[in-house]
Amino acid sequence: MAEHDPNPSQGWTAAGYVPPVIAAGLFLTFLQALPTIAGGGTLRYSFSWIPSLSVDLSFFVDGLSLTFALLISGIGVMVMLFSGSYLKGHPQHGRFSLYLVSFMLAMLGLVLSDNMLGLFVFWELTTITSYLLIGFSHTSENSRRSALQALFVTGFGGLAMLAGFLIIAGIAGTMELSELRGMGDILRDNSMYGAILVLILLGAFTKSAQVPFHFWLPNAMAAPTPVSAYLHSATMVKGGVYLLARMHPTLSGTDAWLWSLTIFGAVTAVFASIMAIKQTDLKQTLAYTTLMALGTLVMFLASPNAYAITAVATFLVVHSLYKAALFLVIGCVDHATGTRDARRLGGLMRQMPVTTVAAGLAALSMAGVPPFIGFIGKELLYKGGLESPSVGPILIGATLAASALMFAAGGIVALRPFWGSADKMPDPGRPITEAPWPMLVGPVLLSVLGLLFGLVPHMLEVNVTTPLVAALLGDPAKAKHLHLWAGVNAALILSLITFAIGILLYLLHTRLRDALEAAGDRLFTFDGLWDGFLARLGRFARWQGGLIQSGILNRYLTTVFIVIALGLASAMIHTRMSTGPIAIPTPEFKHLVVFLLTFAGTALTIITNSRISAIAGLGVVGIGVALIFILFSAPDVAITQLLVEMLVVVLFSVAALRLPVLPRRTGKRERIGHGIIAVSVGSLVTLTLLGVVSEPIDRRLSDFFEIASYPDAYGRNIVNVILVDFRAFDTFGEVSVVAVAALAALALLRQRGKGGRS
Amino acid sequence: MKSIILTTGTRIIVSLLLVFSVYMLLRGHNEPGGGFIGGLIGASGFVLYAIANGTSEARRALRAAPEQIAAVGLGVAAISGLIPGLFGNAAYTGKWLFLGATPDSKGFPISNIIAFDIGVYLVVLGAILTLVFALEEEI
Repeated sequence: MAEHDPNPSQGWTAAGYVPPVIAAGLFLTFLQALPTIAGGGTLRYSFSWIPSLSVDLSFFVDGLSLTFALLISGIGVMVMLFSGSYLKGHPQHGRFSLYLVSFMLAMLGLVLSDNMLGLFVFWELTTITSYLLIGFSHTSENSRRSALQALFVTGFGGLAMLAGFLIIAGIAGTMELSELRGMGDILRDNSMYGAILVLILLGAFTKSAQVPFHFWLPNAMAAPTPVSAYLHSATMVKGGVYLLARMHPTLSGTDAWLWSLTIFGAVTAVFASIMAIKQTDLKQTLAYTTLMALGTLVMFLASPNAYAITAVATFLVVHSLYKAALFLVIGCVDHATGTRDARRLGGLMRQMPVTTVAAGLAALSMAGVPPFIGFIGKELLYKGGLESPSVGPILIGATLAASALMFAAGGIVALRPFWGSADKMPDPGRPITEAPWPMLVGPVLLSVLGLLFGLVPHMLEVNVTTPLVAALLGDPAKAKHLHLWAGVNAALILSLITFAIGILLYLLHTRLRDALEAAGDRLFTFDGLWDGFLARLGRFARWQGGLIQSGILNRYLTTVFIVIALGLASAMIHTRMSTGPIAIPTPEFKHLVVFLLTFAGTALTIITNSRISAIAGLGVVGIGVALIFILFSAPDVAITQLLVEMLVVVLFSVAALRLPVLPRRTGKRERIGHGIIAVSVGSLVTLTLLGVVSEPIDRRLSDFFEIASYPDAYGRNIVNVILVDFRAFDTFGEVSVVAVAALAALALLRQRGKGGRS
Repeated sequence: MKSIILTTGTRIIVSLLLVFSVYMLLRGHNEPGGGFIGGLIGASGFVLYAIANGTSEARRALRAAPEQIAAVGLGVAAISGLIPGLFGNAAYTGKWLFLGATPDSKGFPISNIIAFDIGVYLVVLGAILTLVFALEEEI
């Protein structure tokens, strides 16, 4: 279903034309760096950010980052042009454009960042923008769920990656990736190498959706089609591949690297190939072919072999071109017909000739048919597999399976909807027409580029693959050449076998799909596992929330006082505190009066049955305490104590009017329990105070304030000078708390008032 | 509950309390007192007024909403702490100006410290009245 019906009468707004202009400007900027990079140079820009943590905003341009930057900005132009038309008239078009441009900038930051913490920040920014874009149709529950799932999975990986980065920085003593390239031996020999590898791979595998973290990617197709084309196939999901490529010079070359990448990549590629056939939604088919491509890229990054790395470089570009084109084609079809169901679409060739051509060209590149660049990419993959010694058979096997199924998927996506029978086509309720030009530019240009690069592979080789291989292997001379015709060799024979299997699979795919469909219900799904995990987490949270937050004030207070008593008691035992000989001075008459007053207040509070009397009793106790302060010459504290006591009584009385009458006395056992707690807290506090005063008092601070108060702060009242001058910032914090507490209480009371009265 | 004795007595006591609160605020730097105590006394005055004449009457006497007073106080306290920044000092450094100071007399002192204390006074006054009024109106 199309996300909405665009209103053709509306013209292009800023939300429509600003994003492609920004992207085009960036693309042209990056293009200017191409001659330098192709000539073997690198560029570096650095701005100080948080120097005390050696975090800089530093950017490093070499063959690897420039290739990514050109893909991101170049495909960005196409996608943004497309979405300008696709979402025209959508009430939230502006928001969408903002998210999309933010994503593009974050992604560019990710691939250009030289500082590892900078890379991490941009990495998380792509995660967040991806979350916003997947959840763009936020009224749909499915969108929200998918968005959150992608956020959790990739966010978790990002944190693991951060931990890995920090360990690397601790060992290497630098945060700059460009400096790490020469430090591979130090890191590989370090005992923490295993931990680093696991953490970095967690980051890369979650971002690039490798099995078993793949499940978020097909769900991310809940996003509008241009987002799927851009984030979830051509750019963001390749972030993990970028990370692995960036770390290749530093971390590769060990058996752990070789086997973990090979196995995870191969499993992902084969698993995704099978799942791709099972799908009926064309967008889902493409999502799984994306997984397949990501698996292939990861798998070939395992090897230090020059053919394998050249293959990665080529296939990276190849895949971005045809996959973005195909997603946009699906967007055009969806836009015109209102469906993406592979079982129903057919015969669109007549109504949508331009789309048909673009789809055909892109699918041929995907299928790896000569003279398309896809063919060269596939040949290089086979060559890379043949040249890699130990893992070679796995690489070839997985590539063969993936390429054959890719061939079939190309047919499903590009052949049937346009050439197949139109019998089951749903009636969209309006004539099916070609999409407007801004939506066609992308698919046409990208798919034609796939043919152009195939015919003139030299162009791609000089500007992209050789500098990229040089960035990974350190020597441009190691890069292999891109040939359309390399003679009859093993790779060509493997290609021919691929075509044969691919054609067979295409012809059988409806039957295969039904068979997989039937088996599908019995297989467990990772998605279901995820749901189970979340449900269990929620249950745990509710259980422990209910345990700790009972909502009964009585229980909270009991807990607080028991903790105080236990804490004081254990501290006393631990420090073997003794109060020393307690010299009890002869009480004067005024002391006796204060004691009797406080005692009477306490007795009233305990005995009375009325809330108001209890509150008044507590007030009397407070006044007694204030009198003690006065007797021992602390007038400021005494005044405050008196005033607070008075206001507390007023507040309590007002509140008490709202409360029900006190119930008949609580149970005997409960009262005894409370009594024990009260007596033990009281006696423990008394003992503590006695212990404290038996030590000589440290008067250094008091002396300082007494001396400094008048000369430095022009005040004789030390308490107040401390409050408003020496410790003014603390006081500011306190009054902020007072103000916030009052506002929160006000909000609560108003809320209750509304609910209770209406 | 209207009581003529309370209402009449309150008029005098409240005005005394309010004047006293400002007095306590201003003298606080050298004698017992200060913004916190002054705010508490001022709040007591209005609470008394509210008990005698009702909350709506007290709100009218206060003129501004108490939560706004608290917010303004917080703003005054924050700004007074930032002023030293203009002179290149750390936040909350005391800055003093002695108007008409002669060798014999230190003149009339003005400082950001007193502004800060006034901010504290307003926060305490506003916050307490916010609570008390809201609670009273609930009944």
